[in-house]
Amino acid sequence: MSGPVADEPILSVRNLYGRIAGQQVVEDVSFDVPATGVTALLGRNGVGKTSTIKSILGLIDRTGEIRLAGERIDRAPTHRIVQRGVAYVPEDREVFGSLTVAENLRLAERDRSPRRELVASLFPDLEARREQRAGTLSGGQQQMVSLARALVNENRLLLVDEPTKGLAPRIVDEVADALAEAARTAPILLVEQNLLVVRRLAERVVVLSSGRVVFTGSAAELLDDHDRVQRFLGVHDEREAA
Amino acid sequence: MTAKSLRLVIGGILLVVALAVLPLLAIDIPGVLPGPTYTPGTLQLLAFALLIAALALTYRMMFGLAGLLSFGHALFFAAGAYGLAMTLEAFGPAEWPSALVFTVSIAVTLVLGFVLAATVGALALRVTGISFAMVTLAFAQAGSVLIRRNPGSATGGDEGLALDTSNVPPELVGVVDTRNLYWVALGILVLVYLIVLWVEKSRAGHVAEAIRENELRVRVIGLRPYNVKLLVFIAASVLASVAGMGYLLLQSGAAPRIATADFTLTLLVIVVLGGVGARWGAIVGGIVYTLLDQRLTALAGSDAIAALPDILRVPLSEPLFILGTLFVLVVLFLPGGIAGLPARITTGRKQHPAEPEETVDA
Amino acid sequence: MDTLILLVITGLGLGALYFLVASGLSLIYGLMGVLNFAHGAFLTIAAFLGWEAGRRISDGTWTGLVISALVGILVGATVAVLTEVLIIRRLYERHIEQALVTVGISLAAVALFEGIWGTDPIYTDRPAWLTQTTEILGARIPNDRFVLIACAALVLGGIVLFLRKTRYGLIIRAGVENRHMVTALGIDVRRSFTLVFAIGGAAAGLGGVLASVYYGYVSAHLGSVLLIFAFIVTVIGGLGSLTGAAIASVLVAVLQQFANFYLGGTGDLVVVVLLAAVLLIRPRGLMGKAA
Repeated sequence: MSGPVADEPILSVRNLYGRIAGQQVVEDVSFDVPATGVTALLGRNGVGKTSTIKSILGLIDRTGEIRLAGERIDRAPTHRIVQRGVAYVPEDREVFGSLTVAENLRLAERDRSPRRELVASLFPDLEARREQRAGTLSGGQQQMVSLARALVNENRLLLVDEPTKGLAPRIVDEVADALAEAARTAPILLVEQNLLVVRRLAERVVVLSSGRVVFTGSAAELLDDHDRVQRFLGVHDEREAA
Repeated sequence: MTAKSLRLVIGGILLVVALAVLPLLAIDIPGVLPGPTYTPGTLQLLAFALLIAALALTYRMMFGLAGLLSFGHALFFAAGAYGLAMTLEAFGPAEWPSALVFTVSIAVTLVLGFVLAATVGALALRVTGISFAMVTLAFAQAGSVLIRRNPGSATGGDEGLALDTSNVPPELVGVVDTRNLYWVALGILVLVYLIVLWVEKSRAGHVAEAIRENELRVRVIGLRPYNVKLLVFIAASVLASVAGMGYLLLQSGAAPRIATADFTLTLLVIVVLGGVGARWGAIVGGIVYTLLDQRLTALAGSDAIAALPDILRVPLSEPLFILGTLFVLVVLFLPGGIAGLPARITTGRKQHPAEPEETVDA
Repeated sequence: MDTLILLVITGLGLGALYFLVASGLSLIYGLMGVLNFAHGAFLTIAAFLGWEAGRRISDGTWTGLVISALVGILVGATVAVLTEVLIIRRLYERHIEQALVTVGISLAAVALFEGIWGTDPIYTDRPAWLTQTTEILGARIPNDRFVLIACAALVLGGIVLFLRKTRYGLIIRAGVENRHMVTALGIDVRRSFTLVFAIGGAAAGLGGVLASVYYGYVSAHLGSVLLIFAFIVTVIGGLGSLTGAAIASVLVAVLQQFANFYLGGTGDLVVVVLLAAVLLIRPRGLMGKAA
């Protein structure tokens, strides 16, 4: 893979502002995502994590400087950003319910040689349900479809928003397994409430509070500091958060 | 009352007075008016423009203030015109003095307009957005069909319905009395303006505005958007039927055209042309549109146009073609309409949304 | 019995016309959120130009009719694409303004057509067979109904195949459900906007030529009348649903025929009542996606 220079971040965000219907939801956010591994974007409910991800993709109005491997992408429309190798796994999965699993995947294929075998090996469950309408799948299966849509292409960055939200513990493990596998092929910016999952996957964390970045650093360092976890995330420890 | 609003009130009063003395003056604006302002033809046109302005004002209250996109507003204008014509004709105890019959007929029409507005509004407001537009369109279409089908010879069908003048005050009948009708039209416009102003400044008006911006938040703070929207809908509709009654007297009859969806679309054009953001935009839009329509029609029949080659003559001889094109251009390039012009001139041309390639997807 | 069959088949024929207009309206609204008032103008211009081409080459024959239909389809598609690219696209994502410009276009277009072709209907010549009737179970059915039904069925089949079997069809189906997620998969959804305008315009164009066969004339108001019923059909069927549009077209048209015959010409009123009832009981229409 022709990656960027080792210590250049894959994504750099500077002074990002985002608005929905005239209302400021992201305020002067700056952070970097390194070219390898998982970076978790944390914060209490409603601090603007999802809005930050959507701003990066241009799904909501935004201003600021966003660079993908050094190139500005903050003026580009969403589809162009994605075509440059940024895959998106949205909150609430957003599978196309009236389309079959196979059609959902086919729609997502951008590369000339999509990685169908990889997807099939990661999510054997989906293979059996290729002709089923995605709207009739369980929440966990829909999350698999959403992840599979992202992983079927070769990506430079994955933006993954709350992949374990509302899923049963066993399914959470499966999703985390798939993400760990995915992290070997591309860096991930992960929004995640479940701190057990964060501890397992993330090396670095960025913490938002009321639209701003309040902490950047190693994941282990933050998660071991109960005071900070309590202050930034409003939970006492990982078990409670899970 | 602040100095600025005091100046506005005085300015408004002066404007109304100026409009009121027009029939006594001999102002001639060639190209805009068909003749001097005291002539019946010109007064007829101006009175019509004032009524259309009043109607546009009521439409703006729904669309601009409350964000209700109705395709059925013509129904209530037609209800006023046809309602008054039919009550005047059907209801007239011989022993009553004609002034009483006239007054009672107006009252009956108002009540009918209210009942119709409350019924249609109560049903249509159960849905929102495009569905609301479609239900109002459906009711208006039903009204239009009824009028054209002429049940029991009550509506005159395609021919329209002539005004039975036997109980109409003599001051409001006949060409020489056009100036009285002009004053009636001006009175209706002022009345509509004051009521619209009152509704907009009331608590209900502010809530309606808040609903347009964010219905969910209004619901969260414990207000019922439905009631407020219904109130605005009924007020606008009843006022539309008042304008409709003025129309009947002015035109000495009602034509089925005023009940059609096209007529509502024309109102939409007027309001957007004038500028949704301001009350006076609807008034200016109504007057400009009526005068343009009339003058363009006159222009279409002129020798200058007839001498043009076909490719220019055909489009230029169709007023609605020019108005429709003008409307498209206003929506594309002048989002605030005429009312937005002063602000655009003073602040300079606002940046137009970036070219499509650069716009975002949400 | 024979009256019943006549009413049903005539209803199906009229429903075919509604469907040709409503299919495009529904797809355009479903994918782009644009309520397209200019759709009637697409139909009318196609009917006029189709008629002009057909009568110049071979008036009143099958060749002439086929040429009319081909020209109508081409004109409908071209005008629709031009409208989307030159006007609608400039107001990207501003749905009210988009609906407003189409209102302006429709008013201007009807006036222009009146200027060019006059305000009165122009009666058209048709192949003799189309003016005759065929007897089915005792009912004498005008032959043009069969052509209308066959054409609409072909269009329905063609659009369904296109939506099911092609990548663009896939994009359109996904876009009707969730436009933003389609762009978030790296797809330029705007190209399919132009495409649905082309498809809708082509169907309306064919509808225009067939409407001139059904009514026996072309007029500047051909599209406006059909458009109102097509709107009603689209809303009853569920905005964005092609199947819904097809079912509602037949339902509305057949109901209209029956009411006109048995309830003293009240077809239009019954349709309006049906629309109000459907919207109040099931606001998203028969097959529409959840609001």
